[in-house]
Amino acid sequence: MNWSESRVQTEVRQFLDSEWDSNLSLLEWRNTLIDSGWGMPSWPERWFGRDMPVSLQGVVAREFAEVGAVPVARTGIRLLAAETLLAHGSDAQLGRYLRKILSGEETWCQLFSEPGSGSDLAGATTRAELDGDTWIINGQKVWTTSAHHADYGLLLARHDWDIPKHQGLSYFVLNLKQPGVTVHPLKQMNGHASFNQVFFENARISREDQIGENGEGWQIAMTTLMHERRNAGNIFSDTSNEKSFDGTIYAEYEAENKILMEPYTWYPQRAGRVDLALPRAVATDRIEDPIVRQELAKLLIMSKCAEWTALRARAAQQQGQPQGPEGSLGKLVGSNIAKQASKVHTMITGIDALETGQKSPEGGIISEILLSVPAISIAGGTDEIQRNIISERVLGMSKEPRSDTGPFKDVRKN
Amino acid sequence: MYAFSEEQLQLRDAVRRFLDDKSTTQQTRALLDSAESYESLTYKSLLTDLGVGGIHVPEIYGGAGLSYVELGIVLEEMGRNLYPSPFFSSNVLAINALLLAGSEEQKSEILPQLIGGELVGTVALYESSNQIDLHNISSGVSQSRFSGTKTFITNGSDAELVVLVTRSEDQEIGFYLVRVPNENVECREIESLDTTRPLSEMSFNDVSVELLLGSDGNTFTAFIDLALIALSNEMVGGSQALLDSAVEYAKSRVQFGRSIDSMQAIKHKCADLLLEVELAKSAAYRAAQAVTDSESTISEFASLAKVAANEAYMQAAKDTIQVHGGIGFTWENDTHLWYRRAKSSEVFLGTSSTHQERFLQCHVQANGGS
Repeated sequence: MNWSESRVQTEVRQFLDSEWDSNLSLLEWRNTLIDSGWGMPSWPERWFGRDMPVSLQGVVAREFAEVGAVPVARTGIRLLAAETLLAHGSDAQLGRYLRKILSGEETWCQLFSEPGSGSDLAGATTRAELDGDTWIINGQKVWTTSAHHADYGLLLARHDWDIPKHQGLSYFVLNLKQPGVTVHPLKQMNGHASFNQVFFENARISREDQIGENGEGWQIAMTTLMHERRNAGNIFSDTSNEKSFDGTIYAEYEAENKILMEPYTWYPQRAGRVDLALPRAVATDRIEDPIVRQELAKLLIMSKCAEWTALRARAAQQQGQPQGPEGSLGKLVGSNIAKQASKVHTMITGIDALETGQKSPEGGIISEILLSVPAISIAGGTDEIQRNIISERVLGMSKEPRSDTGPFKDVRKN
Repeated sequence: MYAFSEEQLQLRDAVRRFLDDKSTTQQTRALLDSAESYESLTYKSLLTDLGVGGIHVPEIYGGAGLSYVELGIVLEEMGRNLYPSPFFSSNVLAINALLLAGSEEQKSEILPQLIGGELVGTVALYESSNQIDLHNISSGVSQSRFSGTKTFITNGSDAELVVLVTRSEDQEIGFYLVRVPNENVECREIESLDTTRPLSEMSFNDVSVELLLGSDGNTFTAFIDLALIALSNEMVGGSQALLDSAVEYAKSRVQFGRSIDSMQAIKHKCADLLLEVELAKSAAYRAAQAVTDSESTISEFASLAKVAANEAYMQAAKDTIQVHGGIGFTWENDTHLWYRRAKSSEVFLGTSSTHQERFLQCHVQANGGS
C-alpha cells in the first residue's frame, strides 16, 4: 500500500466526519474507533491497526485534535502491555486482551522490580511453579504504579533456579483481582504514595497466560522496557488540546485521565521545574545576587543544551539512523538538570524553603521539588546504570567481570 | 536544522582525511621545536585545494558561499586534529572583521588574498592584562594614526595584516587596518602556555591606519559573537579527540588483571564526559545555525556555546590525563598538547563565569522574567 500524508489526512477526515460524535458514550466511540483501525494506525491490520508507517502518526493526531476526537486508551502501562503482547503474545492472548486495553475497560501494571532486585532486575526471586495447567506464584514485587486500580499485571518470575539467572525467568499475565494477591500502597519520602507493593501468596495463573516459552522472560521484559524508554515522553499524558469542545464524552474521558494521572502529579517537580527558576528569581529579586545569577545561568544553559541534544537525536532518527542509547544520555542529563534546579530553587527561596503546604512558596511546589528530585536519579534505571549503558553501548567499553554466573540458586542474594 | 546534510558530512570527511594525512601530531611537535608556527604549504593547500579558505564568504569575494555551519564543521575538524595554522586568526577573525565592517572596495581587495592564503591576517583585540570585558578598550586613533600596545594577538608573528580594534576620535569602537612588518610596529612573541596557537604583543608607534568604514560598537559585538561561536566549534572537536583518546587508552591498559575500561570508576567518568561533549556540540552547532539564519539570539547562544565548550573541553582534558594515569602527565604523551589548547581556549574571549553572566543578561532581556 502506498502511504502519503495527504492520503492519510483525507481518510482520517472522512472517518471522523462520518463517525465522530462527542455525545457518544466513551465505550461506544472507542469500539467504533478500534474497529476502524484509526485508533492505533501503526499496528497490524489484523490487530486493530492499518499497518501505517509510524512517521505518519502525527498527521492522524492532528486530525483528531482538530475536531477534539477522543483517542483510544493508550497511556500508561497498558500501552507497554499491548506492545509486549504484539511482539511476543499468541493470537489467543492478543484476542483476549488487546481490545479491552484500547477501550480502556481494563487497566494494567508492571510487576518487575522486587525489594531484592532493583538495578539487577534479572535477579528476581518471585517463584513460578507449575502445578498441572496452573502456575503458582509466590513472592513480592515493588514500585508498581497503579496496582490498586489494575486488572492485570505483566509479571517477571523465576521458574528454574538450577540454571543461570537470566535463563530461569519466564513472563506471565497475572490477574490481580484474585485472593492470592495483596496490594499495599508504598509511601515515598515526599509524602505521596504513587506506587504499590504487591504480595503473591499462591496466586494462580493459567498456563494460557504465559507469554512466550519458559526461559524467555528476560528477553520479553527487555521489549517492555524498550517501549517504556521509547515512550518516556508521552507515556504519562495524551495529546493535550488547547481548543475546547462540547460533548458528554469529555466528562468520562477526563475521569479516566484523572485516575490515570493521579500517581504522576509530582513528576514535574521530580524533574526540577526549570520553568520556575527565572520567574521566581525575578519575583524575589534574588536575580540581583551574582552567585544566584551564575548558578541560574548554568541551569538554563544545561537545559538548553539538553533540549538541542534531544532534537539532534530525533533528527538523526528521522534520517534513518537506528534509535541508539541516546535515551540514556537524555535520562542522565535530566538527572543533572534536576539536581542543579533543586540547588537554584534553594538559593532563590532561602529559609522559606523550609515551609511546606499550600501557604508555602508556590503553594508547596518548591518543597515538593526539594523532596522529589532524588527520585529522578533512581527511577527507570539509576544514573549509574545509565552510565554503564552509555559506556558499554556507545563507547564500546568492557562490562565488569560478573560474579553471578552459574546456577542461580548458588548466586549470592539479598 | 539539527542534523547535518549529506554535503556537510562529506565536507567533514574531506577535511578530516586531509588533516589526518597532512598534519600528524608528530609534525605538530616538530613545529613546536622550530622557528615556524605552521607548515605554509599544507595551509595553502587546505585553503585552495580543499577550498575552505573562505568557506563562509560570499562567492563575489572569492569565497565558497556556504554558511557558518560549514565553517563550524571545518573548525571542529581542526580542533580535533589540533591543527597548527593561522586559520582561526586569518580565515575566521580577520575575514569576519572585513565582512562585518569593510567597504565593498576593501572587501573586494583584501578578502580574496586572505581566502587564498597570499595574505595572513589577524585581529588585535586585547590591550591590557586583566581585560575581562572585551569592550573595555581605552586606546584610540588620532588623525588616522595610532600609538599604543595590543597584546594576546593570535598568530601575530605570522600576520601581514593586523586588524586593530580601537576607538575612533568619537570614542566609537572600530576596526583599523595596519600592514606589517612596519618600521613603526614592534612585534614580540609572548611565552605562552599553548604553543600550538602562538601569541604576540605589538607596540605601535604613530602608525598610519586605515578604517574599515562600517565599524561601530554593534559591529564589534557581532564580531565577538562570531568569534565565540567559531571558537566553540573548534573546541568541541578537541574535546571529542580527548574523549576518544581516553577511551582508547582505557581499553588497552591492564591493571589488576583486567583492562581498566571494565572498571566503573573509569567507565562512568567516560560516560559523563561523553554527555558533556555531546551537550557542547549541540550548543556549538545550534549557535552556528543561529548565525546562518540571522536569528536575534546570536549573542545569547554565542555565550551559551562558549560556556558549554569551556566546560566540556577542560573536563575532557583533566579526565583524559586522569584516565592515562602517570603517563598522562608526561611530556612524551600527547594529552598535554590538547590540555594546553583547552586552557588557552577557555580563557580566550572570556571564561565561563563571564559568559554565564553575559548569557543571563541576553536571556533575561529576550525573555523577561519567564
